[in-house]
Amino acid sequence: MYTVRLWSVRHARGLASFYKGFEGVLNKLHPLFSRIGYQRLERPVAAVERQVKGLLFDCRMCGRCVLSSTGMSCPMNCPKQLRNGPCGGVRANGNCEVKPEMRCVWVEAWRGAESLPGGLDAIQQLQPPVDRRLEGTSAWLRVVREKNGGPA
Amino acid sequence: MKFEDEPVPGYPLPILPGHTSPGRFERVLRAGAFAVTAELAPPDSADPEEVYKRARVFDGFVDAINATDGSGANCHMSSLAVCALLTRVGYAPVMQISCRDKNRIAIQGDILGGAAMGVCNVLCLTGDGVQAGDHPQAKPVFDLDSTSLLGIARGLRDEHRFESGRKITFAPRVLLGAAENPNVSPVEHRAVRLAKKIAAGAQFVQTQYCYDIPLLRRFMTAVEEAGLLGQVFILIGVGPLRTAKAGEWMRTHVPGIHIPDSVIERMKGARDQTREGLNLCVDLIQEVRTIKGVSGVHVMAYRQEEAVAEVIERSGILAGRTPWYPGRDQQINEDRKLS
Repeated sequence: MYTVRLWSVRHARGLASFYKGFEGVLNKLHPLFSRIGYQRLERPVAAVERQVKGLLFDCRMCGRCVLSSTGMSCPMNCPKQLRNGPCGGVRANGNCEVKPEMRCVWVEAWRGAESLPGGLDAIQQLQPPVDRRLEGTSAWLRVVREKNGGPA
Repeated sequence: MKFEDEPVPGYPLPILPGHTSPGRFERVLRAGAFAVTAELAPPDSADPEEVYKRARVFDGFVDAINATDGSGANCHMSSLAVCALLTRVGYAPVMQISCRDKNRIAIQGDILGGAAMGVCNVLCLTGDGVQAGDHPQAKPVFDLDSTSLLGIARGLRDEHRFESGRKITFAPRVLLGAAENPNVSPVEHRAVRLAKKIAAGAQFVQTQYCYDIPLLRRFMTAVEEAGLLGQVFILIGVGPLRTAKAGEWMRTHVPGIHIPDSVIERMKGARDQTREGLNLCVDLIQEVRTIKGVSGVHVMAYRQEEAVAEVIERSGILAGRTPWYPGRDQQINEDRKLS
């Protein structure tokens, strides 16, 4: 939802630290996840993730979440899906070239990043092109799995 | 600037130490000359002569010719094909690649193909949205963005591999470029965005039209403060306005174009607006030239391409040199014989 998405960026700091804590919790659950099996968890977790992140960030389930590097503004909401910064068509009022009624997600991203500790460094990290095979899969499970030495 | 190792047109120059491409454009930039590039609008036609006709108007005034890739999301002859035609006779094209119409498989193939046909410069762009052009019903691709495209192109050139990791046997030896628009939101972050593009592989930058000199100066100061001077060649985008009305239309309808009111007023006040547009362009070029860190200008004179020579000539930025064009050296030799 657009208004919630804007709210999320405005509260990027709080959300980012909550997210970090949440990631810690998920990490601790790795042994449990392993026992149940990541494959079996994939569908239910992805469904929850889609609902939660869909509400907060208009998440598009790209499968490779970069919210912490983009001031909690999801770059997949950019009509050009730019993951490394805004294009050259941003309107004078900071709105999108393609969708004039929408704020540019990168103008928002910088706003969010400014409120995050180390956010401006994170936003400068080069993001590789998205692996389109991951679309629809859970980024949460992927992060935990990768952190614990599992496959992507 | 005449190079001693001048080859037969259509064949590459030897690569000098510290250069990444066998191209003239890189040589001019690294030699420290104030470079001039111009934009060629690819024809809506399959006739190669139309491409050559459009290139010839720049003869003797530009160091490289940008072949646009479906600019404004409008359909035209492909940038790869225009470049292939241009390199056949020795021109130095800048092949523009937009992420709008092709995915990474097609784009990487085009970079290899372009380099094989003598393209030495690639400009990596995101591209206008399809809504801006004549096919708003088309599917926007945007598999990559301009920055990740730079990274992939650099991987092809320096690591000899595709994005997938698969090896290539002969790397495309190209100078990599990026675009920047100092005029649009978020203005205060444009310099750091450029830093990211440089980190991804950009060696030269061609900007969007800059009609607002104070804003451009602020951008260049930010670029300097970010420690980017010397890391990238920056060419500032300029172009003549045909009329005040055209300027007004551009700034309201074309994404990313900012023209200050003072410029529109100056145009309105002129008896011959088209002439005033050229005067304005000359003035802008001369001002741009004085800004620290600027390596050249990129002239985008859509539908006024024939005026580019006059604008460059009057601005005096070539400082007496004649950029290469097919037949230049015969001409110079003829002149010598006569004198």
